[in-house]
Amino acid sequence: MSLPVGDLQRSPRQVDLRSLAMPYNRGLHRFAVFTASVTFLLLVAGALVTSNDAGLSVPDWPTTFGSIYKIPHMVGGVKFEHGHRMLAELVGLLTIILALWTWRAEPRRWMRYLGLGALAAVVIQGVLGGITVLFYLPPAISTAHAAVAQTFFCIAVSIALFTGHRWVEEQPRVEFDFTRPRLVTLTLLSIVVLYVQLILGAMFRHHGLGWWPHVANSVIVALVLTWTGVRAISVYSNIRAVKKAAVILLGLLVCQLCLGFMAFATRVAWGHDAAQPELPMVISTVAHVAVGALLLATAVVLAIQVWRHVPVAFEERVAGTQGKPVAA
Amino acid sequence: MKKKNCLTMLCLIVLIGLLTSCSKKEQSSNASEEKAATANAPAAPATPIDPNTVASISGTVKFDGAAPKPAKIDMSQDPACKGTNQAENIVVSDGDLANVFVYVKDGLGNRGFDVPKDPVVIDQQGCKYHPHVLGVMTGQNLEIKNDDQTTHNIHPTPKDNREWNESQPPSAAPIEKSFAREEVMLPVKCNQHPWMKMYINVIKNPFYAVTDKNGKYEIKGLPPGTYTIAFVQEKLGEQTQQVTLAPKDSKTIDQTFKAGAAAGSM
Ligand code: HEM
Ligand code: HEM
Repeated sequence: MSLPVGDLQRSPRQVDLRSLAMPYNRGLHRFAVFTASVTFLLLVAGALVTSNDAGLSVPDWPTTFGSIYKIPHMVGGVKFEHGHRMLAELVGLLTIILALWTWRAEPRRWMRYLGLGALAAVVIQGVLGGITVLFYLPPAISTAHAAVAQTFFCIAVSIALFTGHRWVEEQPRVEFDFTRPRLVTLTLLSIVVLYVQLILGAMFRHHGLGWWPHVANSVIVALVLTWTGVRAISVYSNIRAVKKAAVILLGLLVCQLCLGFMAFATRVAWGHDAAQPELPMVISTVAHVAVGALLLATAVVLAIQVWRHVPVAFEERVAGTQGKPVAA
Repeated sequence: MKKKNCLTMLCLIVLIGLLTSCSKKEQSSNASEEKAATANAPAAPATPIDPNTVASISGTVKFDGAAPKPAKIDMSQDPACKGTNQAENIVVSDGDLANVFVYVKDGLGNRGFDVPKDPVVIDQQGCKYHPHVLGVMTGQNLEIKNDDQTTHNIHPTPKDNREWNESQPPSAAPIEKSFAREEVMLPVKCNQHPWMKMYINVIKNPFYAVTDKNGKYEIKGLPPGTYTIAFVQEKLGEQTQQVTLAPKDSKTIDQTFKAGAAAGSM
């Protein structure tokens, strides 16, 4: 079933995604990977703020205790809140550089816009972080802050992917999708259910909702992701990029379910009467948020890889070219 | 297969819709409550009380059952914090229950009362609040002091009053605040030191007390009448008793909280 791509006509849509003759920009790629990695650390730092209930330890924003640049005494909640703010400023700076660099060095126009998109996301995210402080952490805004955080992380990861050596220089191996529902549909559905799961989890975490919608939806997440992952691995195991992402997806799913139960045990079952945020609760909830972000990013990467390697255009193409001689 | 997909999507969309509508409802009902409360706010003029007829109540609040072991607090996150490291959510000694807020909940009619000029003081010391539970009249000043060598933030999370959050560095001037509306067991916390929690009780009359570590309280200067006395504990909730006081009466009213009682009114 697998055909080298050169043997087939490409639909125009595929052509613009798959790189034409374009040099691999090593510096830009490494910088994108670095930005995505620091963003992951920032997600962990943000989750530490929430888990330690430290979000309001610094009451003002954009200043910290009235100063723009002075670093406060980093103890107690301030350590988490101001640490998170400083790391966020670093990521903001990295994103500005990344957007500018992409704009100047990237021949693919959509990549330049993706860079701008990343910049927009980081600005929105910073403002949401500030607003949630000024309004004493309303659940809706804290949830939006949690959701945009992971969205931004996914954008950073995809920029790293699109600038990668493989993506730029390799001829993708392509297989057509005959199955229903299509794999690409499944991967998109995975992203949707993960997003819903993220919002439900964040609403619970920020006291806007009970725990049960999140736990109930985790069953749907588990089913959809397993379906997607198993299909990708069983049908397209010879496409490395797809298989790898699918294996990671399933691995992370198992981790995340375990961490979810641990977060539930430490926070809901044992922790509701705790005198302060306790270490097991902090560790399990922060890990659950972090692995949740990795899981969403993996689902995005899988969707992108499937879109690249398992195009759906075959039937339409066959239908469209019926009767005409097929150019070989 | 397609149908299934549509179904899941539909469920999800409905779910999201439900969520947003729920959170909206919450917000709007809060807003209208606040408006209603402000409308009722103007206090009636103080009605004089004849000092020769006033009655008083006193008593002991007990805890029935095995006292829960107080949770340990870990203050290691801030080297400037050195205090007794036990949580104060249920403080029992020899069956006596401390930190119960006792007040006249009903029976005073529309009587107005003068608001005391003196502020009620909250002291932050050893990274704990002193006292842990207090009462204050609506509009009466609260004076919040910081006696620690570290910055605190004071963050009340009221239901019916305006929320605020302010930080207070070491040896800064006291913060002066007041609350406009009645609210019992209004939580206050410090996000810098997440074990720091206390409760403010804001009521419209001056007839309240907080039980000491022997479970004792006393409320003096009550005009004769029939009252509902409420006993409120932060975890165990509220219990009430009726009492009728004749002129110059001095009655003993004890109350008992049972272990494992659910915090209904909280
Ligand atoms: C630029 C990027 C930023 C990213 C990626 C980011 C990410 C995050 C994440 C992942 C969380 C944890 C959410 C959760 O666990 O549910 C968080 C929490 C938080 N962030 Fe950010 N953040 C950023 C910027 C900021 C800024 C500039 C502020 C400014 C004040 C801020 C303030 C907060 C606060 C207060 C919380 C705790 C919210 C709560 O407990 O309800 N963040 N952030
Ligand atoms: C694969 C499935 C799951 C995913 C993708 C997922 C994802 C998430 C995310 C992203 C958050 C935090 C949102 C934020 O940033 O604020 C969260 C919170 C949470 N999740 Fe999950 N979750 C999953 C399964 C579960 C399961 C099975 C349970 C429990 C039985 C669970 C229990 C929790 C709890 C208790 C929280 C809140 C933690 C806190 O209050 O600090 N999760 N989840």
